[in-house]
Parts: sequence; C-alpha cells; structure tokens
Amino acid sequence: MFEPKMICFYCKWCTYTGADLAGTSRMKYLPNGVVLKSMCSSRIDPQHILEAFKKGADGVLIGGCHYGDCHYVTGNQLTHNRVAMLQKILPDFGIDPHRLRIEWISAAEGAKLVKVINTFTEDLRAMGPRRSK
Amino acid sequence: MAKLKLGMYWAATCGGCDVSVLDTHERLLKIVEAADIYFWPIAMDFKYKDVEAMEDGFLDVCLFNGAIRNSENEHLAKLLRKKSKVMVAYGACAAFGGIPALANFTTREKILEKAYKTTVSTDNPQGVYPQPSTKMPEGEITIPEFYNHVYKLSDIVPVEYTIPGCPPPADLLMTAVEAIVTGKLPPAGSTIAGEKTLCDECPLEKSEKPVINDIKRPFQVIPDGKKCLLEQGLICMGPATRSGCGAACIKVNMPCRGCFGPAKDIKDQGAKMLSALASIVKFDDEQKADQIINSMVDATGTLYRFGGANAILSPRRTEGEKP
Amino acid sequence: MKRITIDPITRLEGHGKIDIFLDDQGNVENAYFQIPELRGFEQFCIGRPVEEMPRITTRLCGVCPGAHHMASAKAVDNVYKADPTPAAKKLRELFYNAHFVHSHIAHFYALGAPDFIVGPEADPAKRNILGVIEKVGLEAGTEVIKHRAYAQKIQEILGGKATHPVCALPGGMSKALKKEERDEMEKWIISTIEFAKFTLKAFEDIVLKNQEYVDLILSDVYKLKTYYIGMVDENNRPNFYHGQIRIVDPDGKEFAKFDQQDYLDHVREHVESWTYLKFPFLKKVGWKGLVDGKESGVVRAAPLARLNVSEGMATPLADAEYKKMFQTLGGKPVHHTLAMHWARIIELMYSAERQLELIRDPEITSPDIRTIPTETPSEGVGILEAPRGTLIHHYKTDSNGILTDVNLIVATVFNNAAMCLDIKSAAQKLIKDGHVTQGILNKVEMAFRAYDPCFACSTNTLPGEMPLIVKLHNADGSLANEWRRD
Ligand code: SF4
Ligand code: SF4
Ligand code: SF4
Ligand code: FES
Repeated sequence: MFEPKMICFYCKWCTYTGADLAGTSRMKYLPNGVVLKSMCSSRIDPQHILEAFKKGADGVLIGGCHYGDCHYVTGNQLTHNRVAMLQKILPDFGIDPHRLRIEWISAAEGAKLVKVINTFTEDLRAMGPRRSK
Repeated sequence: MAKLKLGMYWAATCGGCDVSVLDTHERLLKIVEAADIYFWPIAMDFKYKDVEAMEDGFLDVCLFNGAIRNSENEHLAKLLRKKSKVMVAYGACAAFGGIPALANFTTREKILEKAYKTTVSTDNPQGVYPQPSTKMPEGEITIPEFYNHVYKLSDIVPVEYTIPGCPPPADLLMTAVEAIVTGKLPPAGSTIAGEKTLCDECPLEKSEKPVINDIKRPFQVIPDGKKCLLEQGLICMGPATRSGCGAACIKVNMPCRGCFGPAKDIKDQGAKMLSALASIVKFDDEQKADQIINSMVDATGTLYRFGGANAILSPRRTEGEKP
Repeated sequence: MKRITIDPITRLEGHGKIDIFLDDQGNVENAYFQIPELRGFEQFCIGRPVEEMPRITTRLCGVCPGAHHMASAKAVDNVYKADPTPAAKKLRELFYNAHFVHSHIAHFYALGAPDFIVGPEADPAKRNILGVIEKVGLEAGTEVIKHRAYAQKIQEILGGKATHPVCALPGGMSKALKKEERDEMEKWIISTIEFAKFTLKAFEDIVLKNQEYVDLILSDVYKLKTYYIGMVDENNRPNFYHGQIRIVDPDGKEFAKFDQQDYLDHVREHVESWTYLKFPFLKKVGWKGLVDGKESGVVRAAPLARLNVSEGMATPLADAEYKKMFQTLGGKPVHHTLAMHWARIIELMYSAERQLELIRDPEITSPDIRTIPTETPSEGVGILEAPRGTLIHHYKTDSNGILTDVNLIVATVFNNAAMCLDIKSAAQKLIKDGHVTQGILNKVEMAFRAYDPCFACSTNTLPGEMPLIVKLHNADGSLANEWRRD
C-alpha cells in the first residue's frame, strides 16, 4: 500500500500540547506524520509549506488553536487566510489543494488529533502519490 | 586602466532590455567611453563565431537578458558563461522568467494548438503545424524546436549578479556600470537594486494596521492618489517586491505587479505577497475572509506575474493533478 | 541543386533564417524566409483578467510596447463597453504619437539610415548608429538622442514607464496630465517638429539628391504589387489611434473599408510548416501562395501602406511632404519597398505635429479621465496602427472578465508574405549563375530591413538588421563556398 509522507506543523500552545496529550494517554494512530513545532501557526511562512511540498511531502497539516484561543490573539486567523489563499494557487503547481489541511486542535483534544491524522493519512493514501514532485 | 570588455545578449526576450540601454540617452556615450562592446546583437556587428573564437573569460562582463526557452538560448548562455568573467542576469526574464514564464502554467501542445489552429482568424483546414523539418520540392528546411518549460538564466549557468526590472531602469544600469568600472561591485550573488521592499520607497500613505473588506480590480476604482493602493483594496505587489524602480507604476496610480522580483531574503515572491495579503484581509470572521479571498481572480497569474520560473514549486500543470 | 543558407547569426542570432535554392545553372529557384520562434501569448493569457492585458501584452515587444498597450486598451474598452472620456482619448493619442516619434527615430537612424547615410557598400563596422553619427556630425547625433529622449519622457510621464507603460485601463487612463507637465511637453514637441524638418532635409540631401540611391529605390528588385492596409480618419487621412481600416488594391482603388470589430470578414491567416510566423491574407481574395498581384491576397502594412491607403495627411507639413513623395515616385500607390524609409519620416513629421495639436487642446489637462465600466464584459476588438503596421488585439471573456480566448495579429506578421517575396525577388534578380557577393547579400538584407521587421512582436525574434552568413552548398551537401557580411 502507498504510505504517504506528511509534514505536520503544530503550534506550541494548542495542537502540540494536544499531541502530547495523545502521546501520554497512549492513543494509537498512524505514523505517517513528521511533526514540527512552532510558537504559533502564524509563524509558519507559506514559503515553508511550499518547501515541504517541493521536498516531496504528500500532505501538509497545520494545527493551531481554535478561533479566539490563539496565544497571540489573531495568529491563527492569519493562518486561516494564508491557507485559503495557498489552496487557491496549489492546483497551478500541479498539487491537489486537499493535500494542504488546516485544523484547530486544542490542548485538550488529543482524540481529535488522532482522528485528524488518521483521516488525513487515509485521504492521502486514496489520492495516491503526487504526480508532480 | 584598460577599457572594460562588455558583452550583451538577448535570449527569449522582448527587446525592451536592449532598448533600456538606449534609454540611458546621452549617458550611452559614457558607457561607450568606459567599455568596449564585443558582442551586442541589436546594435553591433560581432558574431556568434567571434564569441566562439574568444578565449575563455575574455569578456569582463556579460549582460544577459531574456529567458531560456529553447536549446539555442541554452547554448548561448553556456557559451557566454565560459567567455565571461562576470555573468549578469539583466531584467526580469533572465532573472525570474518574466512574462514569458507565464507559459509555464500551460503546455507547449496547447500553445501550438492555439496559435496555429484555434485562433479565430487562422485558416488552417489541413491542421498544418510548424515542423522542425519540412521537405520542400527543392530540399529540406529546418527550424528549431522548443522546450516545454521556460527557465531563468541561473537555472542553466551560475550567475554573479542580478539587475532586475522589466526593463531595468536606466539609472540602475548606470549604477551597475559605475560599479563595474570602478571595481566597486558588491559581493557575488548580489542583486543590484534596492535592499528593501517597494513599499519602503513608495510615496503613498500607509496605516498601522490596515484591514480590507474586499479586493478590487484596477478598473473598478479611481485611487485617491494619497492612500496605499493595497489599503484601497487593489492588489499591489509592493510588500514582496524589491525596491529600486522609484515606484514607477504607483506614480501613475497603478498597482505594482512585481517586475523587480522578490525583495532581499525573500525566496518566493508570490508566497510572500500571499502572506502579506492574508494579514490585511479582514480576518476576525472566517466566512467573510473566505468570501474576500475567493473573490480574488487569477491569484497565481497575479502573484507570479514575473516569477513563473522563480517559484519554489515548479509551475507545471501538465504533470500535475487537478482536484 | 545547390542551396544557400543565409543564417543571420549575430544581430538576429538564430532568430531568422533564409534558405535559397539554386538550380543547376546557379540561378535562384526558390527562397524561404523562416522565423524560428514562438511564445504563445494567445494561449498563456487565457485565464488572466482581461484588464491586465494592456500590462501583459506590452511584453510582446520592447520596441513597440506602446502599440500593444494601446491596442489592448482599445480592446478592453470594448470588452467592457466602456467608452473613455474625451480627455482620456486625447491623452492616449498624445502618448501614442510620442511612441511613434520614438520608434520612427530609432528605426530611421539606428537601423535604416546606416544603409543610406553611411552607404550600402560601406564598411559594415561603420554601418551602424555610431557610423551615422560620425557622418552627420556629433551635434546632429546629439539631436537624435535628445529628441528620442523627449518622446520617451512624454511616454514615461503619461504611462509610468516608456518601455512597458501601465497607464491604460478599460474606460480611460490612470493619471491626468498636470499643467506643469503639459508646459514642459509643449516645448519638447515644438523642438521635435524642427527635428523632423531636419530629418526630412537630411533625407533629401543625402538620399534624394543621390541618383544612385534613387535608382536603388525605384529598381525592380524591391518592387511588389500588393494590396495595402491602414487606418484612416473620416477624410481618409492616416490616424494611428482611431478610425476605420481601409484597404486599397494594387491599382490604388479602395477595396474595403471597415470598422475594427469587422476585421474577421476581411483578414485570415495561413499556416506553413516551415516557419513559426503565420501569413495574413485578404479573405475575399484568398490565399494563393507566395505571389504578388491583384489575384493574390497578400497585403502589406506599415508606413508606405498607410500612405498608399490615404488621401493626404491631416497636418500641414506632413501633407506637403506626402504630396512631394508621390510626385517624385510617380503617383499612388507606390510599390517600391524602399520608399518605406521616406514614408516613415513623413509619419515622424505627422506625429510631431499631431502631438502639438493635442497638447494645445485645453481639455488635455482635464482630470476627467476615467469611465468606470458597468456593463458585463464579453468580447472586444482593438485595432490601431503600430509603427510597423496594422495591429489587431481580440479578446473574449466570461461574464467576470476572465479571458477565454485571445487572438493577436501583429503588425510585422502582415508583412511576412511580402518580406518572403521581396527576399526571393532580390535573390532572383541579384544572384546569377551561382555568383554571390558581399554587396548582393546586403542588398538582400535591405529588402526586409525596409519593413523594420519586428519579430519580437510576432514571435520571439528580434528587431534589428541581420548580418548574414551565406553558405553555398554543392548538390551533395558539401560546402562549396562561404561568404560573411562582416
Ligand atoms: S525583462 Fe521585460 S523588458 Fe526585459 S526582455 Fe523581459 S519582458 Fe522585455
Ligand atoms: S502596497 Fe503598494 S501602494 Fe501600498 S505602500 Fe506598498 S507599494 Fe505603495
Ligand atoms: S512598481 Fe512594481 S511593476 Fe512597476 S516598475 Fe516598479 S517593481 Fe515593476
Ligand atoms: S498560538 Fe496556537 S495558533 Fe497561534
């Protein structure tokens, strides 16, 4: 079976802590993601996301705090806008915009994180390998 | 001091970069005083064979304009690289692909089909396409074949300096010539233009935390002549674009399209602009934000108007996937 | 059969090529003028917002970006059905005539004049703009540079940049002309009229008073009987920006006159497999191959064509020159290709005079320069006269103004067939019994230089003259001889 590679950018305050929780709670989930921690989802420059795809990622996941909960108040809102715009241009670079996903996962939502990773991995498996690498 | 040996060449180009040399007007005579030109197809009679006959490194500087679109462009780029001590990517096409690199978002096949078959005035019932080789009654005649992709110069050969702009303004060319003549060139790898972003040299007023509630197209608004165009809802590439043009377009009330390429330390001009835009589109309401973003037309063609060969990702719809 | 390949390897490095085939006696059997490149604007513009076209299509050509900018502007006006305000139209025409001044000065002095002012047989190292300056004197050379600079500055003030202007939008212009700018421009324009007089005088002294040159212009080597196309005003006088398109037949009789949106009833393009450049022809006559005459749909554009389709010039000094030209060359239409150089500087005078009329128009500084489009965009054609001939932009969009189809017929393309014919004719008449000389090569070259061909526009090749290398091959393909026009 095709095993996709995912790059997962998590903000330190919510999603990363949520992933920690999933870990300490010994929840099992698919191992396809490589996690990178950043201070805030807004710290992730769109150039980083494009680089991830350039280096061959089959999918990129961005995890941040829920609206209203961002440690830096509006950081995740900017991230939302960036991702929405990136999704508009990705097809012109031969990339299905569904390969870029954004999810709000709080520090308490370990279970949600597990679900997101599992579904994203399944979706990417179904999409198959990227044709333009 | 010995006179400088200069070469200029055009690859896949519009000729505007060469015209920009003429646009130094009376200062052109200064250039001719400081430098002997050994190769300049638009104006002088030196030939390809003359270039081949040069010793390696014979030319002090080669100003190379135009993108790389076919094997011949590539061949000349390699040849001139060998013959030149310093290679300069002159103009947006050589530096980033320029307008011709918009072709990277379509395919060679589609281009041929449009040009020779489906354009409304074309009368081609037999479906004749230009061919690399055609047998005429008198014998075979040939024309070159193209690449499916447009490259910037540095994709093909190492480049020491970049002089951006479409075309580079005459003042910038004079600055570069001055630097070359006095030997005061910046470190290799530098871009000869401003260091900051265009916004930095733009005379329009900017506010602290601008927010826009809609994106407008240039024909829909009459800018007030005072406020930043981006804040008036017009997509202006200023925040991601290198300074050095003197805000030429903005001075006539038109938003920047980014012909100076990415500002210092920016790799992907389009991604950077996208970032800047994302931070001013009304963001406290997800739905409204999506609405504004979705109203933006031709995002890729706008963000990468001049950078189709300089993006982090290779813009190739051909091999790509559609959602 | 022997073959000569003229491969212009420097000033048009690989961008243009001529193959001449000789029969066993060494006489010319056929000649092919090939353009080896293509860029594909018609395809890669699809999907772009149509209002961006004036800023994108300028990059078809850095030598005549103003022509593409304005033709595109007219097309987008029509796509949005937005009529520019009177002041906007005047600013566009002012800009556009400045563009003509720049282009015609550049061609005449840098590209065309070396053959006449320095001489067709002169040392090629001197046969360039520097040689021209040497011959006419540095002072005159400075005047050339100065007046071209004025024209560029006028475009820059109105258009943002002289090369690749950005000022035209559907329904108008982006910036009004300030009073102080107007005053400055008026001085430049008055000076340009004097400069045009100087140029015409120089042409008269150096060319017309030299029987050898006059014979060259009138020789059969550079003569084609074709149809002519050009834009005219309501009195059938050339106007570069607005008007109707008029076509005259080889006898000078009106063949057609139509509005820009009807061009498809009159013009079609033919494709050959051996060149990337298409061949426009008159639909009602039909494509009969590469032949001239009334039965052939081959039509010529550019300065001489514009003068041939018209009945006088709209400004007094240019009109006087117009009459003189047709008197000297034996009436209308003039079929002698080299007369194009003369026609070009008559147009230079017209453009200078027309600029003066416009700059003195009180409305020119009006701030009322934009009509905001309100109609749903759909389809539009923009036609005008580029320095090198009739230029057509045709766009179709969806209801959001996003391009779905683009058609461009570029000025130089109109002369493609004629250039092929002129080259063949020159080759046939000059190359006899396999005998080729340097002078012959330059004279073949002069056949197409007169058109001021701008292949940057039409494909991706470039304007300028073509230094040549001619290789004469034996029938078995081995090299018999080689000439270089060094
Ligand atoms: S950079 Fe601009 S001016 Fe220079 S060749 Fe490219 S399109 Fe023309
Ligand atoms: S966004 Fe454009 S208009 Fe605004 S400050 Fe920057 S360059 Fe000027
Ligand atoms: S404003 Fe932008 S598009 Fe205009 S010249 Fe400057 S960098 Fe180029
Ligand atoms: S801190 Fe979590 S998204 Fe900003």
